[in-house]
Amino acid sequence: MQLVLEKRAERSNIIALVSPLIAIGLTIVTMSILFAILGKNPISALGVYFIDPLTDSYSLQEIAVKAAPLVMIAIGLSLCYLANVWNIGAEGQFLIGAVAGSWLAVETHGTDAGPWVLPAMLLLAAAGGALYALIPAICRVRFGASEILTSLMLVYVADLFLDYLVRGPWRDPAGFNFPTTAEFDPVATMPILIQGGRLHLGAIIALVVVAAAAVLLGRTIKGFEIRVVGAAPRAARFGGFNSNQLVLLTFAISGALAGLAGIIEVAGPVGHLQPGFSPGYGFTAIIVAFLGRLNPVGILIAGLFLALTFIGGEQAQIAMKIPLDVTKVFQGILLFYVLACDSLILYRFRLIFPSRQVHRGTA
Amino acid sequence: MELLEAIILSVLAASTPLLLAATGELVTERSGVLNLGVEGMMIVGAACGFGGAWLSGSTTVGAICGIAAGTLLSLIFALMTLGLAVNQVATGLALTILGVGLSGLIGAGFVGERITPAPHLHIPGLTDIPLVGRILFGEDAFVYLSLALVIGVWLFLYRTRAGLVLRAAGDNHVSAHALGYPVLRIRLFAVMFGGACAGLGGAYLPLAYTPFFIPGMTAGRGWIALALVVFASWRPGRLVIGAYLFGAVTILQLHAQAFSLGIPSQFMSALPYLATVIVLVLISRARTGGSTAPAALGTVFVPDR
Repeated sequence: MQLVLEKRAERSNIIALVSPLIAIGLTIVTMSILFAILGKNPISALGVYFIDPLTDSYSLQEIAVKAAPLVMIAIGLSLCYLANVWNIGAEGQFLIGAVAGSWLAVETHGTDAGPWVLPAMLLLAAAGGALYALIPAICRVRFGASEILTSLMLVYVADLFLDYLVRGPWRDPAGFNFPTTAEFDPVATMPILIQGGRLHLGAIIALVVVAAAAVLLGRTIKGFEIRVVGAAPRAARFGGFNSNQLVLLTFAISGALAGLAGIIEVAGPVGHLQPGFSPGYGFTAIIVAFLGRLNPVGILIAGLFLALTFIGGEQAQIAMKIPLDVTKVFQGILLFYVLACDSLILYRFRLIFPSRQVHRGTA
Repeated sequence: MELLEAIILSVLAASTPLLLAATGELVTERSGVLNLGVEGMMIVGAACGFGGAWLSGSTTVGAICGIAAGTLLSLIFALMTLGLAVNQVATGLALTILGVGLSGLIGAGFVGERITPAPHLHIPGLTDIPLVGRILFGEDAFVYLSLALVIGVWLFLYRTRAGLVLRAAGDNHVSAHALGYPVLRIRLFAVMFGGACAGLGGAYLPLAYTPFFIPGMTAGRGWIALALVVFASWRPGRLVIGAYLFGAVTILQLHAQAFSLGIPSQFMSALPYLATVIVLVLISRARTGGSTAPAALGTVFVPDR
């Protein structure tokens, strides 16, 4: 008797629907075991992680604040992954976007610049992220260099560049030598949506991005081309689609969205540019993209869920002294389960009995 | 002269983790599997290697712990990509994300602790030869091991039947399967070998390079190792050249920082990463006559019966 994997005749729609839920369920079981190993009560730890953040207005707003950049980056990444190109350097594009937008905030700091500053910052950030993402894309299209490795290497470069700026030319002279820019002026910060709350305009922008992506993928020829190039490259060639152009396009869009997310984070909850302001959104967004099944609405839900784990992780650290790294482990395990469960959409397990195998062999 | 000797010694030390991890990945990729989780396996290898050495007081135990950790993680990867036919790129990314979290969790208890670094070879007479003595006969065991490993892998790939079969599985899994070779089992062993090497390469960092553990201490070396395999055109010999070149870039930028040439230190620190990008572009561009990558690299294989 042998357990083997075989391809389904057609994709299973039932599994496609329930697989993220199965994956989340399996992750929660695994996490309970991990909590028990760490000597914490699994039930109360899970409560702190997943239930408590949903019970007060502050945490709910905080989830939306954290979900906004995750969703925006993941939407961009999903376009790349659908086209079967691998931008894994979103973290770098996120940082460069933040830098590009912050430049204007630093330049206009203390002047009486008008309300045009913030929109201009957003534009600069999107342009900066897109240009930075085009580096690996051009290396791939022109020279055939692996975009996976080049895009990732540029994350480290972006990180060091940001570090240089805030320790050098952009450091706040009144900042007691801390590596940070001055606090952004009100015209350079994201407007708050709820008086006295944390929710800011970024959440709305993220929703607009989701809607735009849904239209692009579902209603336009470009969206169709992106999906065909990824799913059936041969058919795309016969169809005359320019796959190089699509590599550049998807990278530019995802870079722009990551850059936009970067400035939204800096001009929103953070309020100034400093090293290490990102808790690794560019990498977590990869999980969001897959958990959301590369679908705009799915990504919105997945982004909210992963934002919940960030808040839950912080609260668990405060309330139960659970290390923050548990959140990263959680996210990694979740991605594994998501990928594994998704495999069952296309494949299924079958028990093979030796006698049948012989029969088949002679047939 | 002494400065030159010191520089060469530190270049060898900086190159060894890259060479170890890249050698393992080369075998994995030659079997047709692209494991992007090298960084994750290295960082967990570093945490477990340090933990093992700190608890036992022995470098060897530490190295074994690193190898075991890397192998275990690679088994998860194998289960996913070979057992469940999941996309290798996505799984490799998941492995790295998981590895970074796990290493933080495992290493949390060891941060701030110190261990005795791995002993260096000392042969009276030989090691004392000026200039070349310490470089040739005064390294730690890992440096020699990494070079032996490259030679071993070269012999295996090009001088044994098993190596030929492994390369066949990587170039055309359908044909290899049709000839009756167990493609998935071959790949399983190749992935495990890659994991063991990555774990050892990671463990080298806290065991010999710096005698303590810091979270994130691999600092992208796993990714550079992946780039090295491309740089080497999947050939073990060129891997040695590539690894030592990268080690040299890392060390030279450190020395340049010490001399403070007026260039911000961050720009110097970015050099190894920029060098990787530039080298990848140059290598890929030079290859006009088709790719030298294993033909089936990164593709899913589900045997039909």
